[in-house]
Amino acid sequence: MVFNRYVEVGRVVYITYGPDAGKLAVIVDIVDHSRVLVDGPNTGVKRQSISFKRANLTDLKVDIPRTIGTPALKKAIEKQDLAGRWAKTAWAQKIARREARAELGDFDRFKLMVARKTRRSVVGKAAAKLRKAAAK
Amino acid sequence: MAHAPTNPSIIPGVSRFSRSASYAKKALFKKTKAAAGKKAEAPATHKTVEVGGAKNGKTRQVPVARPSRFYLADDVAVPKKSRKTARPAKLRATITPGTVLIVLSGKYRGKRVVFLKQLDSGLLLVTGPHKVNGVPIRRVNQAYVIATSTKLDISGVKTEKFTDSYFKKEQESKKAATEEALFEAGQKKATPAARVTDQKEVDKAILAIVKKDRVLKSYLNSTFALSRGQFPHLMKF
Repeated sequence: MVFNRYVEVGRVVYITYGPDAGKLAVIVDIVDHSRVLVDGPNTGVKRQSISFKRANLTDLKVDIPRTIGTPALKKAIEKQDLAGRWAKTAWAQKIARREARAELGDFDRFKLMVARKTRRSVVGKAAAKLRKAAAK
Repeated sequence: MAHAPTNPSIIPGVSRFSRSASYAKKALFKKTKAAAGKKAEAPATHKTVEVGGAKNGKTRQVPVARPSRFYLADDVAVPKKSRKTARPAKLRATITPGTVLIVLSGKYRGKRVVFLKQLDSGLLLVTGPHKVNGVPIRRVNQAYVIATSTKLDISGVKTEKFTDSYFKKEQESKKAATEEALFEAGQKKATPAARVTDQKEVDKAILAIVKKDRVLKSYLNSTFALSRGQFPHLMKF
């Protein structure tokens, strides 16, 4: 597998710390080996220099020229459907799942437990049958 | 917000209107004066006593209660009067009739129960229902309860008869401690028949509602517990 997650202009980062935690931003320029200039007009991230201690690189990229202005960046992000592409990633789905789980009430948790038990029972029975058939 | 004063001061100490002008503005003369209520007659402090002797004027006013002839040597401390009154606890906004609660302390800790109503004492009237999870109709303090977002429509359940006095224990007359009585004391008393029928009545009404949901009954039957990685202050109920 080739490594493709480079620090480069147009690379989308996921901010993990600070007031913008949980938001996506796009690298607009590179400051040095540990800091980049990011901007996220669609997600409410102001143009700022950020350290990689506070941001994770994603597989996504937006095709933009270096030091693109904020309005132009906004248009480019919308045109290239960054939000849609992000929502499809396993990473975003995992976050959404985690949030959905946290929103569950007491009764919902109980229903979830019952559903998981039911699934376990169905899957377990089917697997046992297959195992038996394979052993013969 | 307080309204603007009718007679604002121009500079401190000098008001905008004169006394008569502000009186005219207030127009208090237009208002009818409330009739002063008749004061209740003060109890008599003196009584008239006839006295003998020609030169004594026949009658004399004698105080009813004689003041003490002595002063106390030391001042007696009078306890401060408290103006605080005990008021019943305010019901938490998340608890409404029909809310499923999680009991946190006592014999039934961890049980999920149905809230019926708040009693005058501020305690919460709850029931398991008894048939589902063994919790009878009883009172709990709302401090020892977690309110969940699950609510049943119990508007049809009659709870008028349940008051604080309903739960009062009957006072038993004291018996002389004989041998039989001592052994008897350790034995469990049977639940009064009236309580059992009341419980059955309420259970029947609530069970009809519970049965509408497929998993609600087993939910009420299950006990609450935290598992690994669950923090109650971060959880939603």
